[in-house]
Amino acid sequence: MKIGALREGFEGEARVAITPSSAGHMAKLGHEVFVESGAGDRAGFSDDDYRKAGVTVCQTAAELIAAVDMVAKVRQPTEAEIEGMREGQTLISFFYPAQNQDLLAKAKDQGITAIAMDMVPRISRAQKMDALSSMANIAGYRAVIEAANNFGRFFTGQVTAAGKVPPAKVLVVGAGVAGLAAIGTSASLGAQVHAFDVRPEVAEQIESMGAEFVYLDFDEAATDGAATGGYAAPSSPEFREKQLEKFRELAPQMDVVITTALIPGRDAPVLWTADMVAAMKPGSVIVDLAAEKGGNCELTVQDERIVTENGVVVIGYTDFPSRMGAQASELYGNNIRHFVTDLTPKKDGVFDHNMEDDVIRGATVAHDHDVTWPPPPPKVAAIAAQKPKEKKKELTPEERKAAEAAAFKADTRNQVGLLLGGGLVVLLVGLVAPASFMSHFIVFVLACFVGFRVIWNVAHSLHTPLMAVTNAISSIIILGALMQIGSGSWLVMLLGALAVLMAGVNIFGGFMITRRMLAMFQKS
Amino acid sequence: MEYGFTTAAYVVASVLFILSLGGLSGQESAKRAIWYGIVGMALAVIATLFGPGAGNWLLSLIMIAIGGAIGWVVAKRVQMTEMPQLVAAMHSLVGLAAVFVGFNAQIELGRVLRAKADGVAHEFAGFAAILAHKTPAEIAMLKIEVFLGIFIGAITFTGSVVAFGKLAGKVDGKPKKLPGGHMLNAGALALSLLLGILYFTGVGPALFWLVLITLLAFFIGYHLIMGIGGADMPVVVSMLNSYSGWAAAMIGFTLSNDLLIVTGALVGSSGAILSYIMCKAMNRQFVSVILGGFGGDTGPAAEIEGEQVAIDADGVASALNDADSVVIVPGYGMAVAQAQGAVSELTRKLRAAGKEVRFAIHPVAGRLPGHMNVLLAEAKVPYDIVLEMEEINDDFPKTDVVIVIGSNDIVNPAAQDDPNSPIAGMPVLEVWKAKNVFVSKRGQGTGYSGIENPLFFKENTRMFYGDAKDSLNKLLPMID
Repeated sequence: MKIGALREGFEGEARVAITPSSAGHMAKLGHEVFVESGAGDRAGFSDDDYRKAGVTVCQTAAELIAAVDMVAKVRQPTEAEIEGMREGQTLISFFYPAQNQDLLAKAKDQGITAIAMDMVPRISRAQKMDALSSMANIAGYRAVIEAANNFGRFFTGQVTAAGKVPPAKVLVVGAGVAGLAAIGTSASLGAQVHAFDVRPEVAEQIESMGAEFVYLDFDEAATDGAATGGYAAPSSPEFREKQLEKFRELAPQMDVVITTALIPGRDAPVLWTADMVAAMKPGSVIVDLAAEKGGNCELTVQDERIVTENGVVVIGYTDFPSRMGAQASELYGNNIRHFVTDLTPKKDGVFDHNMEDDVIRGATVAHDHDVTWPPPPPKVAAIAAQKPKEKKKELTPEERKAAEAAAFKADTRNQVGLLLGGGLVVLLVGLVAPASFMSHFIVFVLACFVGFRVIWNVAHSLHTPLMAVTNAISSIIILGALMQIGSGSWLVMLLGALAVLMAGVNIFGGFMITRRMLAMFQKS
Repeated sequence: MEYGFTTAAYVVASVLFILSLGGLSGQESAKRAIWYGIVGMALAVIATLFGPGAGNWLLSLIMIAIGGAIGWVVAKRVQMTEMPQLVAAMHSLVGLAAVFVGFNAQIELGRVLRAKADGVAHEFAGFAAILAHKTPAEIAMLKIEVFLGIFIGAITFTGSVVAFGKLAGKVDGKPKKLPGGHMLNAGALALSLLLGILYFTGVGPALFWLVLITLLAFFIGYHLIMGIGGADMPVVVSMLNSYSGWAAAMIGFTLSNDLLIVTGALVGSSGAILSYIMCKAMNRQFVSVILGGFGGDTGPAAEIEGEQVAIDADGVASALNDADSVVIVPGYGMAVAQAQGAVSELTRKLRAAGKEVRFAIHPVAGRLPGHMNVLLAEAKVPYDIVLEMEEINDDFPKTDVVIVIGSNDIVNPAAQDDPNSPIAGMPVLEVWKAKNVFVSKRGQGTGYSGIENPLFFKENTRMFYGDAKDSLNKLLPMID
């Protein structure tokens, strides 16, 4: 099939849907790749770069649309673009079907198949085509870079000859893909990172990225991220209050705040109110990644950088991925390429639009003169359900002391009990057993004691040699056979001889094999 | 004078045995310690052969030579992966030897008593001479010891034979019980006790009772071990190890031989501790392991959602090439696939590339305590990068890649997360905390315990299907 990428018409959009490298991969699947002249310019890919990768360059958009079977784009299509397409053609791009019902209707009338990259289901198999995540990752990274650019201080703490520099304190609100990327980037710049999310199950992820999870002392059964496909759900008013209270407490300490809280299909929740901004130190920076949906910060102005009266910078850009056009195109191009791979299972350059496939079905919003959105729930749940984590209580020193004392007491009780019990048993045995037995019995008990002490110190890795060597020495039973073999009848002699034979096998075999094993253990 | 010599030799031998076990606390000292054991054994045997009480030393020497030759050949030839069955087979020999020695004691006792009753002042030789000096109370005690020695020895014998069969794959590894289950065992035990009392009180033919007791104990040993499944074999083998020791100690009492008592007690406590460690590592009661099978229903296990994502050798290789720290978790599957050589080669290559490679060994990995360590040592993996569970569990979050080779239950997060899981509370290797986990496995089946493993469904887990050895060999050329 023929796949072509349009030049993005949107103001300031620097990305392109197909890069020279992703074109190479698609060519391997048997596809022919086209691109509109100048499509990659702003991402740093010239027409010549494409030609070198075997891509045909078309001069105009109309020419390209006429030439190809599948049109690839980044931004959602314009009406004109859809109108220019013909029946049976496929369009792959961001689509946001919920917000763009008209476009969807147009696509249906036109008879084109529309694949929305923003509708790729969140299941493990589809991660490689999840463009929302790959773009969010870039946004999270870029948000930190923008913040650092606007923050007049170091992110990392230093002790220099000229004086001590404290590390910047960064708060990341919302630990989705963008939030986690922001945490990782800030942490690697050396900042002290705190992070908050309404989904308690992400605490572990936050901590793994090097940030401290901001715990809320709240009893309400937290909403399980698994129920909403891994996205956050709106929280109750009480929870919100508690959350804002915590933020108010944190605001004066924070140098940089990056908010990424989004709830699917809704306006962004306001989490960073004007009074919190007012409480922040002059020179602090807020980067609002939710600006496109109204912003998490009350003062955010979409697509602008403003400075408040108390000198706090609030950044509301919405084009973070575009600000890193080359990287964003590379990743988006790979997302598209992986989707195309799934569409051509036989790798023969022929599309098989399999509507039974969870991923393809989920992303397809219009197909064959029909609106196929919203999709049925996928057959495989996105993430396994999680149980809320019990937060471990820190013990106070007194409690710890008490616990230790109790453990010590229990230990003592145990030992004394065992000693008394053991002593009693020995006493009872002593009452009935003859003296000669008791002398052996003492040897036996002491040997057990020595055995326990010695064996506890044996290295775990040497347990197999231990078994082999105990095997060998348990053949000490040969002594018994040796003593009996010469005494009495032929039967005794026969049994004794057999016992000696078997013990002999064991002695030699056991020691031999132990030596063989031990010789193998080598230090590096 | 001669008695003094023998006793002195025994004292030295006991000390040597203790030193030889104590030396196993470290790999280097162990190489010296084994010689203590050998010298101790030689000393004990020579002192007995040429000491008082022993007769027919020529026959003894011949038998030792034959037995020794067999043992030598077997030990030379055995593969390291066959270690578990060899150990089990050797236990059975000790058990049977104990039974024979016990019978001899009874036969001799009968002869001495008859002679005494006839009023014939025989000049008894050897062992019989010791018996002849015993008081009636001592003889009563002797009978208890003979009973215990034979009983434990017989259980050890059949138990070890069955364990050998299971470990060698000659007997089906699944737990099997005759109809009646543990009631049969309990019945056999009660019957043997009854017979033991008959024997003790001297009613009826003593030797016949002993034969019956032996047969009953044979049955108990067989039935008990048949009811225990393959993965519990580490406990079973250590338990039999312990029994062979106790049997020796009992025989030591019978023969009034302190060296036997000391050695038997050492071996017995060694086996008991090993069983304890193994049980602890599985978070199970010793009794429930011995009674076989996983204990009753604990409610439905948590459902696992998600899917197992497969990966090919390319993917694993690229992850390994990118990784700085790698941990390999081997299990019984590695032994089955004989993959230790490939594992070692992989380790060597990764280490040559400057990566940190370590091994995480769960106490019950494999079919024998320390089984994995021996296999890795055989494949020339240096022992200082082979770590125990406690040593490495905290390091998983800092690990880039974990490769799980043929293990399942010991890396099952359900043990920590799901209180309804049959293995809830068992300490496990927390591999899922690492950045990437690759599981080399033959297919999608569950492990021995039949429990689904949520690890396989985790987002950072990829399944690397195929025979462990083939998979690793495919991987090797791609590592640079």
